[in-house]
Amino acid sequence: MTLTQTLLGAAATLALTSAMVSAEPAVIYDLGGKFDKSFNEAAYNGAKKWAEETGGTFKELEMQSEAQREQALRQLAESGANPVVTTGFGMSDPIAAVAPDYPDTKFVTIDGWVDPATNPNVLSIGFAEHEGSYLVGMLAAMASKTGTVGFIGGMDIPLIRKFGCGYAQGVMAAKPDAKVVLNMTGTTPAAWNDPVKGAELTKAQKGQGADVIFAAAGGTGIGVLQAAADEGILSIGVDSNQNHLHPGKVLTSMLKRVDVAVYNSFKAGEALETAPQALDLKSEGVGYAMDDNNAALITPEMKAAVDAAAEKIKSGELVVHDYMSDNTCPAATF
Amino acid sequence: MDYATLLQMLDTTLRLATPLLFACLAGLYSERAGVFDIGLEGKMLMAAMCAGSVAYLTGSVWLGMLAAIGGSLIFALAHGLASITFRGNQLISGVALNFVASGITVLVALALFDQGGRTPPLEGGARMAEITLPLAETLRGVPVLGPFYADVVSGHPILVYVGLLMVPATWWLLFRTRFGLRLRAVGENPASVDTAGVSVKRLRFAAVLIAGVLCGLAGAYMATGLQAGFGREMTAGRGYIALAALIFAKWRPWHALWACLLFGFFQSLALRPDVLANIGLKIPVPALDALPYVLTVIVLAGLVGKAIPPRAGGEPYVKER
Repeated sequence: MTLTQTLLGAAATLALTSAMVSAEPAVIYDLGGKFDKSFNEAAYNGAKKWAEETGGTFKELEMQSEAQREQALRQLAESGANPVVTTGFGMSDPIAAVAPDYPDTKFVTIDGWVDPATNPNVLSIGFAEHEGSYLVGMLAAMASKTGTVGFIGGMDIPLIRKFGCGYAQGVMAAKPDAKVVLNMTGTTPAAWNDPVKGAELTKAQKGQGADVIFAAAGGTGIGVLQAAADEGILSIGVDSNQNHLHPGKVLTSMLKRVDVAVYNSFKAGEALETAPQALDLKSEGVGYAMDDNNAALITPEMKAAVDAAAEKIKSGELVVHDYMSDNTCPAATF
Repeated sequence: MDYATLLQMLDTTLRLATPLLFACLAGLYSERAGVFDIGLEGKMLMAAMCAGSVAYLTGSVWLGMLAAIGGSLIFALAHGLASITFRGNQLISGVALNFVASGITVLVALALFDQGGRTPPLEGGARMAEITLPLAETLRGVPVLGPFYADVVSGHPILVYVGLLMVPATWWLLFRTRFGLRLRAVGENPASVDTAGVSVKRLRFAAVLIAGVLCGLAGAYMATGLQAGFGREMTAGRGYIALAALIFAKWRPWHALWACLLFGFFQSLALRPDVLANIGLKIPVPALDALPYVLTVIVLAGLVGKAIPPRAGGEPYVKER
C-alpha cells in the first residue's frame, strides 16, 4: 500500500514538474547519424548531460535525407521546442528559410552560418577546427617514423579542408620535411558513411608510406581507425574522444566540443543569446584527447611541445591559417 | 609508378572487385532467366547486416555468412513472389526491396545493439581471416611473378577465391548443362520452354534464389571480410555499379569478371590520385568515380558493340495470353 502511494506520489510530482518546466529543447542530428561515435554523438552526449543534470527531457530527430531538413525544423518548432539545436553545415540554409516563420523560437546551427542581422533568433556556433587540427598534426609528425602522415576527409567541403589545412600546418611545424598525403572520401553526403572506402584509403595511404592517419570523416572514420589498427599504424580520431575504439592504436583525437555547445544552448534555454560564437582553443572549444588508452603513445616531450604551441595559439603569438578565410592553404594543396 | 605501387593497386582492385563480382553474377543468373534485379543493393545490404550481427553474437564468421545468405534469400523470395508468382513489375519490386533494406537493416541493428544502426566491431574468429596461399613466401623471390603471386593473388579472405571460382562455375552451369540451357531459354523465349513441358516459374525461382545466395556472399564479404562490422548504407551503391558491370559485360560470365576487375581498378585508381599526378594526368577524383557509369552509357548507346539484354527480360510470363 505504502509502496503504491509512494509510486503514485512520485508520478504525480513528476507530472507536475514536467508541466512546470518551460518548453523542451530539441536537437537534430545530421546525416552521419546519432551514434556515429564522433560529431553527432558528441551532440547527443551534451544533450544527455543536460538532461541528467536538470532532470529535463529533450526532443531529438535524426536526419535521413537532405529533403527532410526543413520539414524537421518546422515540426519541432510547431511542437513548441525551444531552442532547436542542429548539427552540421547543411542545416544553415533550411534554418534561414524557417526561422523567420517562428520568431519566438531560438535556433542554433552548429558548424553552420546564418546571418544574425537578418535572423535575430538564430545562433551560429563555429569552431576553430584548424587550431585543434594543428595540434594533432604536430603529434602526428612527432609520432611518425616514416616522415609521411595522412589525412582522410569525409565529404570534400571547405570545412573539412579547414581540418586538413590546420593539420598540414601542424605537421610542417613539427617536421618541416614531412610529407602529408591528403584524400577526400567523396563529394556527396554518402562520403560520411562509407567505412569500406575509408579502410581502402587507409591502406592506399599506408602504401604511400603514411604511418599516422587523421580521419575527419564522420562514420567513414570508423573504417579508417579499424584499418589502421589492422595494418599496425596509428590513427587520429575526430570530434569525440575516439581513443577507446582501438586502445593503444589511436594516437589521439581532435576534440571538437560539440557536447559543450549543445549543453550550453540547452542550459540557456529560451533566453539564449544569439551573438555568433567561435569556440577556439582559448575557450576550450577544441583540443586533443589524452587518456589511459593513448598515454603510452605520447611521450612527455611530445606533450610538452604541443602544449607550448597551444599556449602560443591561445596568446595569439602563433596564428594558424584558417582555410575558410580565403580558400587557400599555405601547407597543402587540395 | 613503380612495380610495388602497381601491385598495391591490383591488390586493392581484387578486394574491391569481389563484392561487385558476386553481385554481378547474381544479376547475371536472374536477368538471364528473364527477371530484372534492381534489388542487388538491398540484398547485399541485408546480407551485410545479418553477417555483422550474427558474427558478433555468435563469434563465428561462418554462422554470420549463413545468416547473410538466409537474409538475402528472404529478400530474393519476396522478389520472386512479387514478380514471378504475382507477375508484378520487376523493377518496382526491386526498388521497393532496396528501400525496405535501407530501413530495416538500420532498424534491426539499432534494436539489437543500440549503436546507431551499426553492429559492434568484430574481432578474432568473427572476422574472415586472410589466407596465405601455398608457397607464397617461397616464390616471392621469383622476379616479377613472385611478388605478384605473394602480394596480389595471395592474402585475401576465402570469399575472394570463391568469387573468382564462381566465374568458370557459372559459365559451365549456364552453357554446358541442361539446367543452364533451360535457364537461358526462359529468359529469351519462356513460351518455348513451357511448350517443352518445363516449369517457367520453377526455373525463374531457381535463378532468383541463386542470385540471393550470391548477394548473401557479397554482403558477408563486405561486413566480415572488407570491414569489421556492418554500418548503415555500407554497400554505398555497389549494387548499382554491379548492374552497370553486368550491362558492360553484355550478360556473359567471363566478361563480367573483366568488367568487375576494370571497375574495381577505377575505384582503386580513385584512391590514389598521386599515381595519376605522377604520370602527368590530372583527372579529378569524382570523374574517376563516374567512369563505370559513363562506360555503361557508352556501351548501351551501341558505340562499342551491341548490348542486347535477354529478350524476355522484365516481362512476367503468362500462359495462354
